[in-house]
Amino acid sequence: MKKELIKLNHISKAFDGELILDDLNLVIHENEFVTLLGPSGCGKTTTLRIIGGFETPDKGNVVFDGVDITDLAPNKRQLNTVFQKYALFTHMDVAENIAFGLKIRNKPQEFIEDKINYALKLVNLEGYEHRMPNSLSGGQQQRVAIARAIVNEPKVLLLDEPLGALDLKLRQDMQYELIRLKEELGITFIYVTHDQEEALTMSDHIVVMNQGYIQQEGSPEDIYNEPENAFVADFIGDSNIISSTMVKDELVNILGVDFVCVDKGFGEMKPVDVVIRPEDVELVPKGEGTISGVVSHVIFKGVHYEMEVTARGYKWLVHSTKLSEAGSEVDIKVDPFNIQVMNKPESEDEEALNPDAD
Amino acid sequence: MPINRKTSRLLNSPYVAWAVIFIIVPLFMVFYYGFTDDSGSFTFDNVAAIASPEHMHSLLLAVALSVVSTVICFILAYPLGMILARNKASNRSMIITLFILPMWMNFLLRTLAWMTLLENKGVINGVLDFLHLPGINIINTPAAIVIGMVYNFLPFMILPIYNSLSSIDDSVIFAARDLGADSKQTFFKVTLPLTVPGIISGVTMVFIPALTTFAISTMLGGSKILLIGNVIEQEFTLSYDWNLGSGLSIVLMVFIIINIVVSSISDKKGEES
Repeated sequence: MKKELIKLNHISKAFDGELILDDLNLVIHENEFVTLLGPSGCGKTTTLRIIGGFETPDKGNVVFDGVDITDLAPNKRQLNTVFQKYALFTHMDVAENIAFGLKIRNKPQEFIEDKINYALKLVNLEGYEHRMPNSLSGGQQQRVAIARAIVNEPKVLLLDEPLGALDLKLRQDMQYELIRLKEELGITFIYVTHDQEEALTMSDHIVVMNQGYIQQEGSPEDIYNEPENAFVADFIGDSNIISSTMVKDELVNILGVDFVCVDKGFGEMKPVDVVIRPEDVELVPKGEGTISGVVSHVIFKGVHYEMEVTARGYKWLVHSTKLSEAGSEVDIKVDPFNIQVMNKPESEDEEALNPDAD
Repeated sequence: MPINRKTSRLLNSPYVAWAVIFIIVPLFMVFYYGFTDDSGSFTFDNVAAIASPEHMHSLLLAVALSVVSTVICFILAYPLGMILARNKASNRSMIITLFILPMWMNFLLRTLAWMTLLENKGVINGVLDFLHLPGINIINTPAAIVIGMVYNFLPFMILPIYNSLSSIDDSVIFAARDLGADSKQTFFKVTLPLTVPGIISGVTMVFIPALTTFAISTMLGGSKILLIGNVIEQEFTLSYDWNLGSGLSIVLMVFIIINIVVSSISDKKGEES
């Protein structure tokens, strides 16, 4: 197990009487790429700001490397932040921006110059020393912001939706670059995003948040394959979330038909939610599957076909590379280990965001 | 509807006429009078008259009082701008209105009001006398003129400074703190440099009217203190020496142009470096 670096204990925070974070507990380990993932207003940015020192929690404390830093000013913390809107100093050129933190710490001129060159090389911006921030593209500005943060050799780099303002292609390139950067620097990254794909691509550890609560933590595979509640299932990727009944261990009744599954311990005849990923729904010729239905809609998505199959009153979302024409009658088959059984939401924050979406 | 060249020229014409009648022609006349004597022959005497001791004294006094007023305005306006920029939007517009409200009254009336306040038997001394405190003797001194200038021109300093302060994104300030700067370093290395354009336009908008004013100095300075504005005014209204008045105006105009050019160059440098 890796060393614990940051610990948030029982953090609560309200703005204007509205509770943003409620008794949040989170442990971040050394040298991990941790992503706080959730819709806007879920408290992820507030969590990041509390770690960075820009907000003080109403309750609870922040422990950094064994020391309580709850009331420590941001300029005294061993971490640096990359902001969503770059936040470059527009009255300074690229080199001066990068040197800002080092000059504040009165580092020798030679050291500063070495660091600038090293950082510019690291973010692929060699030769841009004397450009002004406003003359750079969004992607270049974000690289400068990253360079400006990492020259200070922080133990943790906080990234607040740093790719949000970039276009899709550039965002994907930057994702790979951030992974490379993290490996080269060997430090902890705490990354905030609402983009589930970004989170799955880059993270070692994902923390899914909604309405101030942590919904689930785990590796990208865990989060995607074994969502713990309807919110997580809905937020991470497309999914079929169907209200069902757990008949007994390893047997679940979905839309009136019994399916064999692998989940246990929910009790007998208990209402549950079942999530089945669209790529796990198999369409087979009539008579060979478990539920019969009709293909009601087909969209070609490039990599696969996205089909909607109406069966027993539910519109199943199906991803497959094999086309079943609209109007054709098919059977649906799901492998037992592809059925993920979840407890019914106990509170609003665990509910699916928008059950009709996707 | 696309506007063709003919219509666009037609639409421009009122402005062109305005510019010609009210800007170019008067300017030309000022230059004509400034560089001729009363017989109409060319001369540099009117412009060179600035070198005479009393004219030079008026100019330097005007510069001195304007600089002092500008500095005071800046010192008052910057903290206020910071308070405003941090305030909630609803309070903000109320405070701004409070500071702009006096501008809705006539400028001469406001200055006249200060005269009544500052007079030796004026309101302020009346109150001081009532409280058995020693009175102040401030009317007809340079201090009274400075008070008048600061009072009248303060809004012109507040607005541009407030604008440039409120356009600084919070995250830029956060970034400076994040990179290790304490609040003082953040102010001097980030906030202040980023508001230089606002400061320059505020300074220009206070300094120029203060430098050229004659109304404030006439009312609050009595007839004893002559600023360059008063000298020029008197050449036109009392001595009827349009040539000398125009000559001195040209000097003042050139002085102001040089000031604007220098400040705009330093502004550009500030943006680039």
